[in-house]
Amino acid sequence: MSERRHKHLVLILAREFASNLATPTLIADDRGQLVFYNEAAEEVIGRPFAEAGEMPLDEWTASFEPRRVDTDEPIPAEQRPARIAFDQRRASHAGFRVTDRNGVVRDVAVTAFPLFAHADEFVGIMAIFWPEGA
Amino acid sequence: MRLKIWGCRGSVPTPGPETVQYGGNTSCVEVSLAGGAVLVLDAGTGIISLGFDLLERGVSRVHLLLTHLHLDHLEGLRFFAPMWSDRVTLDIWGPPSPLVSLPERIARSFSPPLFPIDLRDVPASVTFRDVPREPWTLEGASLAAELVVHPGPTVGFRIEESGASFAYIPDHEPALAGAIEGRARDWISGAAIAGDVDLLIHDAQYFEDEYAERIGWGHSSVSDTVAFTHAVGARRVVLFHHEPRHGDGSLARLEVRARSLAARNGVEPTLAREGMVLELP
Repeated sequence: MSERRHKHLVLILAREFASNLATPTLIADDRGQLVFYNEAAEEVIGRPFAEAGEMPLDEWTASFEPRRVDTDEPIPAEQRPARIAFDQRRASHAGFRVTDRNGVVRDVAVTAFPLFAHADEFVGIMAIFWPEGA
Repeated sequence: MRLKIWGCRGSVPTPGPETVQYGGNTSCVEVSLAGGAVLVLDAGTGIISLGFDLLERGVSRVHLLLTHLHLDHLEGLRFFAPMWSDRVTLDIWGPPSPLVSLPERIARSFSPPLFPIDLRDVPASVTFRDVPREPWTLEGASLAAELVVHPGPTVGFRIEESGASFAYIPDHEPALAGAIEGRARDWISGAAIAGDVDLLIHDAQYFEDEYAERIGWGHSSVSDTVAFTHAVGARRVVLFHHEPRHGDGSLARLEVRARSLAARNGVEPTLAREGMVLELP
């Protein structure tokens, strides 16, 4: 029997759900790997997912230089909502400032929450984000 | 590995003159392993005849693997003769639920007003087991179960023995999670179970126009099943879970439709029928 390589059903359904949302949404798996973000997120991020591809969530988040809106200080990885949802298996929400890969500075709010399948199996996280003050 | 189909009808039993060729009993497939062990997939009404056959053959140990607990996959269990023999050991495997245990869920159908005898009073030695998250070994065969798109906790099974592989996904609507064609295999529901199998038994309940009116009911159109078969690289497919309104004539047309759709893929779909025996090398 080969090692399991396929996405969990919950992630498959989450991706389809996110694909039909106008709200920017991303999904990471149980290894902390970014596995999908939707078209609405592409607009905020400035890059299609097909171009970015899968990558570690921290690496992806760091590329936007997330920082506090009031002080402009960098936000450590462990204090970012997606990382909190992943590490602590709980919902988290925060607002911060990012610079997208085209150099555009944006204020965004992010709500991230863990995804549990039947029998409390942790399968990943989903994060929803949107521009603030738009 | 040898398979025998004892029931392949979906949703509700459909006895009558219109269903004599493909049968009217609901889901049940017997899997005979090389060492003589018997696995039974689902407990639709097809399991009733199988039960009498097993007792006649002197089988005293049975593993029953339930994909889910919708009635058409469970309704035969109360009349499964081995359950009523104190010489039989029965292991029942099924998908876990976050709220109610497997025996508690099954016991609902063994209680008033649905049934006069309580599940704990059946004579056979019955053990209930949640299917493991990871592949496991049973009677010398390798098994895997994965959740698939269908309302409520539902799994498909993959069974491998002596180099042969078989997948059983009788209730499945992979198209609900997005178009199948053109999608990477690891993003297709059920692909973890059915990838590159020698034989796939898969839901094909509807013609395309019927499916259009039943999206979200948990079953597949014939074209989605053909697309799924091709996407996962299955070498042979048997169409299963026949729509109750489809008599033998309609089902024959469904098979023609499937073969037309699959012609360019090199896999010739076959319609499941009661009594069908499938040998795997």
